[in-house]
Amino acid sequence: MGTDQATVVVTGLGATTPLGGDVDSTWQALLAGRSGVRPLTQEWAKELPARIVAAAVVDPATVLDRVQARRLDRCEQFALVAAREAWADAGAPQVEPERLGVAVSSGIGGVASTLAAYDTLNTKGWQRLSPYTVPMLMPNGSAGWISIELGARAGVHTTVSACASGAESIAYAIEMIRSGRADIVMAGGTEAAIIPLNIAAFAAMRALSTRNDEPQRASRPFDKGRDGFVLGEGAAMLVLESAAHASRRGARVHAVAAGFGYSSDAHHIAQPAPDGKGLVRAMTQALADAGLSAEQVVHVNAHATSTPAGDVVEAQAIAAALGEAASGAVVSATKSMTGHLLGGAGALESVAAILALRECVAPPTTNLDDLDDDIDIDIATEPRPLRRRGSAPMAALNNSFGFGGHNVALAFAAA
Amino acid sequence: MAMTEQEILAGLGEIIDEIAGVPADQVTPDKTFIDDLDIDSLSMVEIAVAAQDKFGVEIPDEELKNLKTVQDVVVFVQRSGVSA
Repeated sequence: MGTDQATVVVTGLGATTPLGGDVDSTWQALLAGRSGVRPLTQEWAKELPARIVAAAVVDPATVLDRVQARRLDRCEQFALVAAREAWADAGAPQVEPERLGVAVSSGIGGVASTLAAYDTLNTKGWQRLSPYTVPMLMPNGSAGWISIELGARAGVHTTVSACASGAESIAYAIEMIRSGRADIVMAGGTEAAIIPLNIAAFAAMRALSTRNDEPQRASRPFDKGRDGFVLGEGAAMLVLESAAHASRRGARVHAVAAGFGYSSDAHHIAQPAPDGKGLVRAMTQALADAGLSAEQVVHVNAHATSTPAGDVVEAQAIAAALGEAASGAVVSATKSMTGHLLGGAGALESVAAILALRECVAPPTTNLDDLDDDIDIDIATEPRPLRRRGSAPMAALNNSFGFGGHNVALAFAAA
Repeated sequence: MAMTEQEILAGLGEIIDEIAGVPADQVTPDKTFIDDLDIDSLSMVEIAVAAQDKFGVEIPDEELKNLKTVQDVVVFVQRSGVSA
């Protein structure tokens, strides 16, 4: 990081997830090793091969104003709920509208609204479509609504990169602040895609766990018995702020958003490159960008979705990226409890990584009964205390990878 | 049978409450949709479609832009009812 660039800090956190309707309840559930996965009992799920999901605990439509809720797709509802919490957590900062930005994305966008609108079109005709149909289905809708709510005029951005979307938005937000475009950016990801078509489509790729009889044991990253991911939903948001701005207003700082690394595989549209070189590059670039040494990394919140191919490649890439320092990094796979929030995942796991640094404890990876033989990293199966090595601040990495070959690693450092 | 002005007003109040969240008792004849009731053009489309269903009248798009006040809609529905 160049000396002329602003240091970026995290001053607000928000989340609504399969474990809780806010950050605190989600974090407590993570530390307690609670699973958010439940059986799908709806009639429409009967014929699907995967009948387990991690649905959000709190229906966002019950939190929002009734009229607002009916104009927003569920993914936009989650985003707005999480953004409000993050903004309040940051102390509702006074900031010039032209210095406030939004970088919020979703992997899929308003797919439930799209399908509902298509049904309306076919059964009742075009005149009966809600005039809000387009804002409900466009993937940038969440970012747009948040910008209106906050009065953010520095720029509204949506970085769509499948399951790396949330992380990429955070990276983009860091860039916005470093480059001087904004003092504060609301950044994060959201997803609401627990619908028949989406489950069927992921099942058609054989990407989902079919451990239907043991829902809470289905998401088991790094375990020999893993057989796919469990679909989750929800949103998480970070208020990112230049350190100077945060300092001027006396803001409480959760962590430093120290850096990011991007790479792409150019290998397969939906499978990780087996050599993991792209993942290694993302992680090493994140550390270089952040000016951190591998020895400072005491924690990694892994992407680890519980798929047979992905988890091994990532574990080996973590070991390669950190080298000898890997033995000092405690790895957590929180999707074992939250399921996979797709576009929301990178943001939620950033929240978890930040809290791990702040509270000096790594959340557990549940269901890891029998470690895959090809994996040799230190994975927490119980909450694990984090201690800094040497005099430099502790740091954590958060990995996110997406269909399309997107690799994003974020680096956070203790405040 | 044509609806009375009061019946149309009450029906319109219900629609606007449901769609735009404006309490029905604020939906009085002299109010303008955009300035007084803070209803945007997208919501006006939704209200018009709901009004067509509720009152059994047709509100063409070219007519919609002329309906600026609550009274305009009441009069339009009454006239349409008479001619129907």
